[in-house]
Amino acid sequence: MEYVIEMIGIRKEFGSFVANDNITLQLKKGEIHALLGENGAGKSTLMNVLFGLYQPEAGEIKVKGKTVKITDPNVANDLGIGMVHQHFMLVENFTVTENIILGNELTKSGVIDIKDAAKKIQSLSEMYGLAVDPYAKIEDISVGMQQRVEILKTLYRGAEILIFDEPTASLTPQEIIELIQIMKRLIQEGKSIIIITHKLKEIMDVSDRVTVIRKGEGIGTVITAETNPNELASLMVGRQVDFTTVKVDANPSDDALVIKNLVVTDYRGVERVKDLSLTVRKGEILGIAGIDGNGQSELIEAIAGLRKSKSGSISINGQDITNKKPRKVTESGIGHIPQDRHKHGLVLDFPIGHNIALQTYYENPISKNGIMNYGKVSELAQKIIREYDVRTQGEYTPARALSGGNQQKAIIGREIERNPELLIAALPTRGLDVGAIEFIHQRLIEQRDKGKAVLLLSFELDEVMNVSDRIAVIHDGHIVDTVLPKETTEQELGLLMAGQSTREKVTKQGDNKHAE
Amino acid sequence: MPNRVVNILVPVISVILGLLVGAVVMVVSGYDPIAGYSALWNGIFGDSYTIGETIRQITPYLLSGLAVAFAFRTGLFNIGVEGQLLVGWFAAAYVGIAFDLPMYIHLPLAIIAAAVAGGLWAFIPGLLKAKLQVHEVIVTIMMNYIALHTTNVLTRMVANGKETTGTIKETASLKSVFFESLTDYSRLHYGIFIALAMVFVMWFILEKTTTGFELKAVGFNKNASEYAGMNVNKNIILSMVISGAFAGLAGAMEALGTFQYASVKGGFTGIGFDGIAVALLGANTPLGVVFGATLFGALKFGSLNMPNAAGIPVEIVSIVIALIIFFVACGYIIRYFLVKTNKKKEAK
Repeated sequence: MEYVIEMIGIRKEFGSFVANDNITLQLKKGEIHALLGENGAGKSTLMNVLFGLYQPEAGEIKVKGKTVKITDPNVANDLGIGMVHQHFMLVENFTVTENIILGNELTKSGVIDIKDAAKKIQSLSEMYGLAVDPYAKIEDISVGMQQRVEILKTLYRGAEILIFDEPTASLTPQEIIELIQIMKRLIQEGKSIIIITHKLKEIMDVSDRVTVIRKGEGIGTVITAETNPNELASLMVGRQVDFTTVKVDANPSDDALVIKNLVVTDYRGVERVKDLSLTVRKGEILGIAGIDGNGQSELIEAIAGLRKSKSGSISINGQDITNKKPRKVTESGIGHIPQDRHKHGLVLDFPIGHNIALQTYYENPISKNGIMNYGKVSELAQKIIREYDVRTQGEYTPARALSGGNQQKAIIGREIERNPELLIAALPTRGLDVGAIEFIHQRLIEQRDKGKAVLLLSFELDEVMNVSDRIAVIHDGHIVDTVLPKETTEQELGLLMAGQSTREKVTKQGDNKHAE
Repeated sequence: MPNRVVNILVPVISVILGLLVGAVVMVVSGYDPIAGYSALWNGIFGDSYTIGETIRQITPYLLSGLAVAFAFRTGLFNIGVEGQLLVGWFAAAYVGIAFDLPMYIHLPLAIIAAAVAGGLWAFIPGLLKAKLQVHEVIVTIMMNYIALHTTNVLTRMVANGKETTGTIKETASLKSVFFESLTDYSRLHYGIFIALAMVFVMWFILEKTTTGFELKAVGFNKNASEYAGMNVNKNIILSMVISGAFAGLAGAMEALGTFQYASVKGGFTGIGFDGIAVALLGANTPLGVVFGATLFGALKFGSLNMPNAAGIPVEIVSIVIALIIFFVACGYIIRYFLVKTNKKKEAK
């Protein structure tokens, strides 16, 4: 009686691959139940089974005690199951109301009754404390607000059980706190929630119970109050995991990357980086903290030569690289782990081996006089695959077939192997699981310890705080402050990221080079 | 079933299905499909003459197919092969007529002239695409018309107002006495060797050179290529030029081999457009193009025998040929069923 959803002994196969095996998940009414697992552990598969997108090969699904067959998402909807997707499914230039009723439009003699729908949405929004304006356009509201629209969409369709797929991936710390409050409010109103995540901190903060799956197998369910992040992590990866990135203090020397008064515009000509100055020294990791869309992407692209800067200068070890072509930038000693690994980092249809040679294919020994030596490509690829633990069938497997974490490890291997003076790592761990994150952080720190400069861009405060030696906070195209991780708190960083300049408490260190 | 078996089975089943449906069309129209197909067979393999003519027909298809396939592999859709072929045809014929040179200079010069003309003709859409993002499909289609009428005017000028130029000098001819004697005076010429060499050239460029690595990378993902320091615009233009050069060579086959002259044309030859189908049939790989061109050339030439030998009207013949190609082109449907029945078998 007490379970609203029971998934018992679920097994899902894709050909010979078993994505889910004997997984049991029982959701109590009024609880927040976390589903924890590494990337590729089978979390999404399990939820897609529940949502009717896949049919299980074995196992039983019960909703409120009754065995059901969920043959497609409409059946799931009718059973009161709603999904808040990680990537929002919203039409940018439609209003909140239009998005919510999309596909489910109320009509009055053939005309859509927007007003009525908006009223209903308004009252739902008030009931759950969502504070969403039904007439706002999606493109004008923040990411956090867009997520609430997604939540409203499920509520509007009468969902009793809400599935959140990686809900905090693109939220700011403040938005995450608000989301947690909203979830608690939903519970109070009698909803039940499943949250898919691999972030242990959130689980500890928000969930009542946790079901862990590892490599497709159900490991078990634990009560959150009776466990701790370390235990959860080892349950998830099947071995002991180090959390706090161990590192010795930085020993920075000369300036490596020097950016002076940089102005960069986006494709519409709007200034996104405004008179920004920044220095990264050899032997340190400089983290850039900031909310997505404050000029970080444009800054990185300008350094990497992918975007022209309007004014200002960028130099690496004294060599000017302002507005140089990407190849020149690469050759002057910059390695770049791009923000979007599918768009910039990889040619997905190329074998992973070709991708590993993507930056060096034109150089000896990979090629001579314009003739490729694919034997050497394989050699290099095998080396990187081995040393960077890229899990793939071989170097001829298309990059597309690798999991996100392994794609990223290949990119990191490719960039670090060239031994760059400056390594730019833009969101290097986005979407990756604990094991891969740990690995990547260690590689970044290794580079630093070798006396190289590392520029880390991240939206995850944990990551910025843990890995960086200094943190530059970016807001609206400026560096609002540069702080030391030891002397600051996440709260403080959050405020800075929101644009609250704390000019009065400039860090004691004299190297605060931000220009206002 | 291993992938390799599926890859071979798909085209075979496709051709059989096409033949079957083609037979139905013939039966419904009141003609004897067995007579029709034996006429087709004899039209292709009947005697040494038809075999020679079939190979002669395959030659330009090989090159026009390569032209389309090459552009395709780099993410470009070259619909202008027809136009590039026409300028190549004229250029080769002009050089063949206008100069008096020893053969070892004259023939290569005429061939190169065709390649250069085709390449230059394709350079324009490549440049527009790279610099101004004008879609190459539109430009290449329009350039086909410009090519047709421009070469007509030029041909008339060279021919002193007549519709046909004189024959090219023997020093520029691909004509083969050896092949003539072997194939009962068919028009089979040495151009087939050039075409096959180009198949190798395309494979070599794509699979062995850094240029090919870049071209393929740009074709798959422009952003990643730019990130990796490749000059995306240069590669787009280069790809079009190489594609156009192949097309120009297809023109040289006609000018220096089959016809030995240039003539004023009322419309397109169709070889360039058929090149699109040839390339697609061959999945845009060099070896696949050989398969596609062989199928196209053989059907095209062999079917000429069907009206004479079996009394089937040209229109029905066109339908039958189109059906065969249609089924080959829908190979993915057959592949889908093959894989599906396979899965069921495995499940049991």
